[in-house]
Amino acid sequence: MIVVPCPYCGPRNSVDLRNCGEVVPRPDPSTASLSEWRTYLYLRENPAGWITETWYCRSGCRRYFTIERNTATNEIRDSEAS
Amino acid sequence: MARHAYKYSAGKLLKHGLTHGDWPRMWRRPERRDSYDVVIIGGGLHGLATAYYLAKDHGITNVAVLDKGYLGGGGSGRNTAIVRSNYLTPDGVAFYDRSLDLYNTMSADLNLNIMFSRRGHLTLAHTDSALRTMNWRAEVNKLQGIDSSVIGPDEVKRLAPSLDVSPDTRYPILGALHHPPGGVVRHDAVVWGYARAADHLGVHMLQETEVIDIVCEGGNGRDGKGPGGKVTGVRTNRGDISTPVVVNCTAGWASLISNMAGVPLAITTHPLQAAVTEPCKVFLPTVVVSGSLHVYVSQTDRGELVFGASVDPVGTYRVNGTLEFTEELAGHVLELMPGISKMRLLRQWSGLCDMTPDYSPIMGFTPVEGYLVDVGWGTYGFKAGPVAGETLAETIATGRTADLIAPFTIDRFTEGDLVGEKGAAAVGH
Repeated sequence: MIVVPCPYCGPRNSVDLRNCGEVVPRPDPSTASLSEWRTYLYLRENPAGWITETWYCRSGCRRYFTIERNTATNEIRDSEAS
Repeated sequence: MARHAYKYSAGKLLKHGLTHGDWPRMWRRPERRDSYDVVIIGGGLHGLATAYYLAKDHGITNVAVLDKGYLGGGGSGRNTAIVRSNYLTPDGVAFYDRSLDLYNTMSADLNLNIMFSRRGHLTLAHTDSALRTMNWRAEVNKLQGIDSSVIGPDEVKRLAPSLDVSPDTRYPILGALHHPPGGVVRHDAVVWGYARAADHLGVHMLQETEVIDIVCEGGNGRDGKGPGGKVTGVRTNRGDISTPVVVNCTAGWASLISNMAGVPLAITTHPLQAAVTEPCKVFLPTVVVSGSLHVYVSQTDRGELVFGASVDPVGTYRVNGTLEFTEELAGHVLELMPGISKMRLLRQWSGLCDMTPDYSPIMGFTPVEGYLVDVGWGTYGFKAGPVAGETLAETIATGRTADLIAPFTIDRFTEGDLVGEKGAAAVGH
């Protein structure tokens, strides 16, 4: 079980939330080239280590927030509202 | 380079049985050379199959297969050993059907019994829309000559009497996609068979040899890596090896290895959990899969029920079992087969699945010359092992992407030309 600290609802089991994956900077759709846009859509760093990721608190406050999680250990640090 | 092969036969079995003589080792532990024509990273089914077909079909025997652990210790030994070819897209069907052909003759080809049990494969439909997809798949399959058809609940009950096909369950069984050529294979035997055959042809399998870096030159990234560059060798925990061709045949660590060559992948890594029950008398004659209930079940020759699920929803490299999985799995299996409620789970394990956005692998050449990939095998790597090895070997030997893997090249993501196998593979299998 991964305990995810929701900034509004407190610590919750990860099954109560939806993991939205690594945060990838979103290019401006009006100026991005096709290849930039597809890189944003599909390519991921996928490291075995610390990532910044988005969660959706689907059965709680229904808000999105980002945290840092270590994908090798599932240790979590530093949650901030966004 | 080929060594005299020690053939297994009924006569040898009898002789060893009577004399209790030792069997020769299936493969050597060779001395590492400083350079190879091809270095394959990952000593699992895919890496070993690629090495075997390079040597057998193309005469390229100066090949090393590196593994940071032991042969077949990753996904090759953790999957649920199901093979089938009833996919949704024509590309997928043609590819997986070739694999099934290779599995059919593998015991004879590799002189090792891989225990292929061609027992048939049922994909259950619990909703009208699922039934519609099953009909779609059946028609795509039939068009390509695959034995695949949609059957009703009565026929499902006849094929698998333990299933509850009554209409008053939460997820009633409305029908199923029946695929008689599907079945299960002893997955370890496939790894051993390829390793032994590749060894006989002169391939070096270097175990406990971890790749630390891929050495490149001329690329536009850090240390000459990245697009435009070319591979000159690999750095391992046991020393450097120079080679013009490096093949990434890893699962779970595909992104990490690929980043060493400066080639980012459209992959996220998720664990997939599976479990097995205590053995009991054989009662389940086919493989049963339910996409809606995220579960697939088959019974081994020893009588254990093997359960698999879909991938965990959170991407991670940690392969812990979770209570949520066990509860959900037990609940879903009992929806299908209420009669086994007294059975106990024996053990639970998980393996890493590299998921791509279109549920299809990434194979072949990359923007870095001499660096090839065979990755992104999600939940379908085992059934594809033989054909992946065969087509990748052809690609390496001829320098031209083999026809069967043309839809799976890495540039489909930048070209926006995804495969769309999602309908058939949204549940692990």
